[in-house]
Amino acid sequence: MTDQRLEVIISVLLRTGVLLAAAVVLLGGTCFLYKHGAEQPEYHVFHATNPPYRSVSGVLHAAGPSNCQAIIQIGILLLILTPIARVAFSLAGFSLEHDRTYMVLTTIVLLILIYSLAAPH
Amino acid sequence: MTNLEFTPLVFGISAVAGCLGALTGLGGGVVVTPALTLFLGVDIRYAIGASLVSVIATSSGAAAAFVREGYSNIRIGMFLEIATTVGAVLGAFLASRTPTAVLSIVFGLVLLHAAWQSTHARPSEREAKQSDALADRLKLNGSYPTAEGPCQYQVNHVKTGFSLMFGAGALSGLLGIGSGALKVIAMDQAMHVPFKVSTTTSNFMIGVTAAASAGIYLSRGYIEPALAMPVMLGVLSGSLLGARQLIGARVRVLRWIFAGVVGLMAIEMILNGVKGKL
Repeated sequence: MTDQRLEVIISVLLRTGVLLAAAVVLLGGTCFLYKHGAEQPEYHVFHATNPPYRSVSGVLHAAGPSNCQAIIQIGILLLILTPIARVAFSLAGFSLEHDRTYMVLTTIVLLILIYSLAAPH
Repeated sequence: MTNLEFTPLVFGISAVAGCLGALTGLGGGVVVTPALTLFLGVDIRYAIGASLVSVIATSSGAAAAFVREGYSNIRIGMFLEIATTVGAVLGAFLASRTPTAVLSIVFGLVLLHAAWQSTHARPSEREAKQSDALADRLKLNGSYPTAEGPCQYQVNHVKTGFSLMFGAGALSGLLGIGSGALKVIAMDQAMHVPFKVSTTTSNFMIGVTAAASAGIYLSRGYIEPALAMPVMLGVLSGSLLGARQLIGARVRVLRWIFAGVVGLMAIEMILNGVKGKL
């Protein structure tokens, strides 16, 4: 496996992830407008998003056909996972190349990304 | 205004921002936030949350087109991502402790730089004759395809580039932007990486950098689903359209128009910050 071949595979992965995420966001958005279209948006004062939409576990629990915002948020989580999957895939690629240095460097990046998404802040 | 009116409006603004961002190479994220805060009165924290999401989408969406050309350097990208992701995490933490007036002023300054960069930046054209020891050890030197076959290049000043990347990551996490301009400067100007390799590798890095602050934005409640939805879909479709139009567009004229608009928004953001209006 060459670097170039690895990058082509990764780029296809990225594009698929983005399109999938966009489709889910569009689905949730259509559902949101259908249900809450007549309501007034309140974005000029910051009061932080509702707690269920602020963590991976919260979103997964809230998701269902009746909760459109949670569907949008699942799409956004898929989108955030796309570059993370890219890094994980690079790690596999560097392992196949037996490149120790880059296995370590890539693991560090992966850990930082997982910390940001999974650790409570 | 109801959601049925507000959502298409946000989608339209984001699509224009995404299209201009792709045409000028500056990215849509940097324009979306001031547009949302200045035109629609959206709180800057919601705006940067939605913008960050759109940054991940455009970076990953454009990667396929860039990679096929064979310019991006996955090793330079991965090594520097350590600096950008650590910077992004710190920047995102800093964002929640920074008064919105200060965020607004910093954003204005970044916009001023973007306006200048889009009209005055030139590839450095400097070629490193010798790579430094760290670049050799990290196997950062590479080659890119030309009509006459692969062209080899050497990488210099790895430590300087790494430090600049930390700054680029912090700015990305603080303001919810891709900070592609600063990433290109770090690679092209400081490390003497060829311009085309710098821009494509930068695009590859932007998504990973943004993903590092996204988790913190999410838990702080900056990512409001109903607002992020039209921003993400708008910027993504606008940038895909813009990238397709790139060939044949009168980029020079566009750059000046873009710089003018961005410059005006920059002044407005700084004034609002000084007056404490946001």
